[in-house]
Amino acid sequence: MRRTGVFICWCGSNIAATVDIDLAVAAAKKMPGVVFADQNKYTCSEIGQEMIREAIRTHRLERVVVAACSPRMHENTFRKTVAAAGLNPYFLEIANIREQCSWVHKDKETATDKAIALIRTAVAKAARNEALFASELPIERRALVIGGGIAGIQAALDIAENGFVVDLVEKEPSIGGRMAQLDKTFPTLDCSACILTPKMVEVAQSEKITIFSYAEVEKVEGYVGNFTVTVRSRARSVDMGKCTGCGDCMLKCPVKVDSEFDLGLIKRRAIYTPFPQAVPNKPAIDRENCRWFTAGKCRVCEKVCPAGAIDYSQEDELRTEKYGAIVVATGFDPKKLDNYGEYAYGKHPDVLTSLEFERLLNASGPTGGKILRPSNGRPPKNVAFIQCVGSRDKAKGNPYCAKVCCMYTAKHAILLCEKVPGARPFVFYIDVRTPGKDYEEFYNRAYEEFGATYIKGNVSKVFPDGEKLLVRSVDALSGALVELEVDMVVLANSVDARAGAKELAQKLSITTNAYNFFNEAHPKLRPVETHTAGIFLAGTCQGPKDIPETVAQASAAAVKVAALLGKDSLLSNPTVAEVNEKLCTGDMSCLAVCPYGAISEKMLEERRGRETVRRKVAEVNMALCQGCGACTVACRPGAINLKGFTNEQIMAEVEAICL
Amino acid sequence: MPVTREGFEPLIVAFCCNWCSYAGADLAGTSRQTYPSNVRVIRVPCSGRVNPGFIIRAFQRGADGVLVAGCHPGDCHYHSGNYHARRRFTILKQMLDYLGIEPERFQVRWISGSEGAKFSAVMNELTENVRKLGPNRKLRDAR
Repeated sequence: MRRTGVFICWCGSNIAATVDIDLAVAAAKKMPGVVFADQNKYTCSEIGQEMIREAIRTHRLERVVVAACSPRMHENTFRKTVAAAGLNPYFLEIANIREQCSWVHKDKETATDKAIALIRTAVAKAARNEALFASELPIERRALVIGGGIAGIQAALDIAENGFVVDLVEKEPSIGGRMAQLDKTFPTLDCSACILTPKMVEVAQSEKITIFSYAEVEKVEGYVGNFTVTVRSRARSVDMGKCTGCGDCMLKCPVKVDSEFDLGLIKRRAIYTPFPQAVPNKPAIDRENCRWFTAGKCRVCEKVCPAGAIDYSQEDELRTEKYGAIVVATGFDPKKLDNYGEYAYGKHPDVLTSLEFERLLNASGPTGGKILRPSNGRPPKNVAFIQCVGSRDKAKGNPYCAKVCCMYTAKHAILLCEKVPGARPFVFYIDVRTPGKDYEEFYNRAYEEFGATYIKGNVSKVFPDGEKLLVRSVDALSGALVELEVDMVVLANSVDARAGAKELAQKLSITTNAYNFFNEAHPKLRPVETHTAGIFLAGTCQGPKDIPETVAQASAAAVKVAALLGKDSLLSNPTVAEVNEKLCTGDMSCLAVCPYGAISEKMLEERRGRETVRRKVAEVNMALCQGCGACTVACRPGAINLKGFTNEQIMAEVEAICL
Repeated sequence: MPVTREGFEPLIVAFCCNWCSYAGADLAGTSRQTYPSNVRVIRVPCSGRVNPGFIIRAFQRGADGVLVAGCHPGDCHYHSGNYHARRRFTILKQMLDYLGIEPERFQVRWISGSEGAKFSAVMNELTENVRKLGPNRKLRDAR
């Protein structure tokens, strides 16, 4: 038996309110091998950790069990604690009596019983824990940033600033993302392009950063410090080396399709750059719409290109590169309004989403920055802004708040008044939410200085009424029915996760929440890391946020990347598979199930009596093995085992948990 | 655990993969989604790590129900572990049935790290179903 110490945590009242700690300590003292058991209000505090170190020394403990929160929370903390007292860090076991006991059960008696069973299980496993040693792995000093919006741009710039090489992958033909579509930004009314485009240019000019535009991540393999990523650069049909970006091709192309950048408010050509300040400012041919690719005739762009840069024969290019760290910054999609027929979106041209309205405001937008009704090209007088369309709507939208709509609507109201003299904004809201520096003051300006009318009420319906639109709502403060005749309706549609976020999460082995936003490792303390080491998050792919928060998170992610890439080497995960060569029969069923190609054949030479015989056995490459344990189940002679989760350990847990 | 039907409280052993289902169980805790204390979790790196022997041993040692929970198909942290698990446990389920263990006692579920509510719902459902079946007498060691 190993001399085991058990440390039971109150976690303030989080555990102690539901688990009878005294009873648990008394029960722990009777468990096999336990020579010491005690309790602490906060075991993770310095005092709590010192108690463990002290007990290891005075009671000559060989194994330590901490009964506290989830191992996903503090396993590393306590591994360091026991290591500081001279034990192998893998001599520690955690009994999860908070997340999986005190927080999910109400009855103190049965919760205490269960806590004791979990502690007994951890003690049984700990007795079979063996010393494990991490080996050092090299780090690939190159970072990959996925997504070229403001989050990806900021992260790439900051990583490059720290001296590391960055590849920036962007799906569209240009970097810039959503921020490039905006006109002004709250609360300062800075011109979005004026603050974004210099950063885009900085990215393009940085010697450390390579932009892969019109490209997507195809495959991700490997692990922290050693990811192998395949990027598919879509055939642009334009030779980037020859193209000068003169734009003649875009003027002459006969095909017109809805511009994605301008949300279909105007047309673009089949050969196009998304917007005038694009980086790289070189067009791509959209093959789905190009007449040469769809009908086999045209080639006008080829004829007019003075540089001879058009190349219809280009093919998608797959490029595989190694990276030490990855930043995911794929952004968001504005919510599609298919479910909101009551607001007449798509039925009346003067009902717009807020991003469409943003394009009307923008000097490079479809109206050259004039606010004009799409129906008749005249400026609107009364404009209704409807908040929370698809947000805070459990019935058919997102239950969460999209965070930015209150502020950009205040901005829209102000800009409307500035651009159209005599225009009146009416804002229908549930609550106005303006936490943020100078935000409340900005919202105050919208109604104090510019006279925006705020009406607390959920709009029930928008009726097209000849040239006008009729907005029906209730003024929740007075209880009166409101019917308002307006010229334009702007819907503040919610923020959705980017389409394809789930598939990307699968490629990266990271998790998403129920709405497909990527999960951070800890909502408060590890907001830019994911549960997969070496992969970090920046911007709205993690959840709705505004530009300042996005930039802050991107810089934070960049610091994490720089800290990782700045290390000399990484410690490998020592919980890997191990072959007992004596038992191995060489039938290699382990090899067939290993997803990492970590198992290979090895020939052994052995003396048998007077003879030397050669025998085939399996061998595990410790750098490649990720510790899934699939091989252990496939192995017929039981020769391969997973360190840290051995057959013996798990069997001991089963026995103890069933007692 | 009492072996009589009266006031019978089943013992459920749940093997949860570290990346999805164990995280889902933690999330159930963080969001206080309660479930019966009959359920006890053993953490494994992957549902593909769960040896059928562990499950049989649990039934022998008195578990009334066993759950293996892993990442959703396609979401495995190790690419393919849950596919191995799915095939393996489809067969095990038939074998347990043959041995006289009601199929409801052994369940395989996919619970992601964001499905705390699902974890809790599965635990409630499994406990209720096994409670109705009564104690596992078939494989339990005579003790």
